Amino acid sequence: MSNQPTCVIIGASHAGVNCAFALRREGWEGAIHLYDSDPMLPYHRPPLSKGYLSGAEKIEDNVLKSADSYREENIHLHLGLKVTNIHPTDKHISLQDGSTQAYDHLVLATGARPLIPPIRGLESAQNIFSMRTAQDATDIREAFQASQNKRIAVIGGGYIGLETAASLKKLGAEAIILERENRILSRVTSPEMSQFFHQLHTEKGVQVWTQKNVVSVESNNQLNIIHCEDGTRYEADMIVLGVGIRVNTQLAETAGLDIHNGIRVDASTRTSDESIYAIGDCTYHHNPHYDCFIRLESVQNAVDQAKIAAAAICGKEPVYNSIPWFWSDQYDVKLQMVGLSNGYDEVVVRKEAGDGHRFSVWYFKGDTLLAVDAVNNAKAYVLGTKFIKGGTRVDKKQLADPTVDFKPAALILH
Amino acid sequence: MAKITFITSDHETITVEGTSGSVMQLAVKNNIQGIDGDCGGVCSCATCHVHVPTEFQDKTGKASEIEKDMLEFEDNANESSRLSCQLDISEALDGIVLHIAN
Repeated sequence: MSNQPTCVIIGASHAGVNCAFALRREGWEGAIHLYDSDPMLPYHRPPLSKGYLSGAEKIEDNVLKSADSYREENIHLHLGLKVTNIHPTDKHISLQDGSTQAYDHLVLATGARPLIPPIRGLESAQNIFSMRTAQDATDIREAFQASQNKRIAVIGGGYIGLETAASLKKLGAEAIILERENRILSRVTSPEMSQFFHQLHTEKGVQVWTQKNVVSVESNNQLNIIHCEDGTRYEADMIVLGVGIRVNTQLAETAGLDIHNGIRVDASTRTSDESIYAIGDCTYHHNPHYDCFIRLESVQNAVDQAKIAAAAICGKEPVYNSIPWFWSDQYDVKLQMVGLSNGYDEVVVRKEAGDGHRFSVWYFKGDTLLAVDAVNNAKAYVLGTKFIKGGTRVDKKQLADPTVDFKPAALILH
Repeated sequence: MAKITFITSDHETITVEGTSGSVMQLAVKNNIQGIDGDCGGVCSCATCHVHVPTEFQDKTGKASEIEKDMLEFEDNANESSRLSCQLDISEALDGIVLHIAN
């Protein structure tokens, strides 16, 4: 038996897997045990609603790390095994199969699960799916292939719902999106971007309906009839739910950790228990750049917090200080977002000459650039990132003029 | 089948073989230091940055516009920079040497 300490990581998606490998890079010589109830070799989630769903890719093409890599780095990967309890006093976890595992450091990367809205008849609806795991995406793909009429209703106009609609449309679906609010993406972006995506989906033949609060689903003979509060009804062979997530805090609760809109962590991703860290979608953390507390559902946050936790566990004093970034691919449109636009008071839209699908939306609070949404415009995305990181003041008039060079020298306010 | 040699920023040389997919995927599969591929290969994160020596640039072709834009303000970017998620493995790449940027 070695006297090396043990690190246990619960959750083997972007955050957990990156944390395990980052621990080795930081020089951690002790054991690493990585658990997930998902039986698949850990994979990239973003392609599930994009390339994977539209059939171009296989899950095996999108694994986070090869099976050999875990072996090479001596990371014990325990898949298809659920952790049932954390015992923080004597530092061990209990597993579904009755076994236990002791830890010196524990990392919670428990993520989130799809929110199932309280809609009457949902539990008995035919062909109803969420979109979170590889199995979900496979189930949707198979049901779609088996479906005769291929009429899809997506409940919820967020990124997951929109991407799923776009991917199934590519395969020939007749798709509708039902959004409860008065615009799609209302929780996550500005009216300008909502309008663009509404129009994009409409142009591609997907019907987008807003202010549609689904109240019940009636099902018989492989057919669902979706009833909305305003009395309208829609028929669908398949329903995909994309109304948001619930953070997986159940295990953190068993450990008595401080929870508020996610598991509360400090700048080094440590929870209220000094031996337990939390990373990724499940964390409620401080963002120093924007001086706000936030929970983020993104690959960037998962990967960056994973590295911070690994450094902290290895005795360093890292501080999480990332500028958030995100992306979404729908049809031939690539959206890249950087920053947090919350609290903006002015929007500058820059449309590049020639093509209506190449533009960027810049969010300001006073003279401070908060965030940029770039549509088919990586240049705007990287420029925005540079300016936000540097706290650079931008000349809004120059920015709005597409004939002005898209270069720092032409856009910095002197 | 293509043999691809990676030289890491720690000057470690690793030669691996691939038949399909992208160079980024091949590097990740072989746990090669400095190629993360956080976005999964959709040209969104620039964590798979490599330098292609001049003598091999004929084999890789040129970077697309989005790729060039993504690289513009990256650390260590120069004329020989590419995102390896945008390099598809084929026999044309056999024998290539790539220097990992980070």
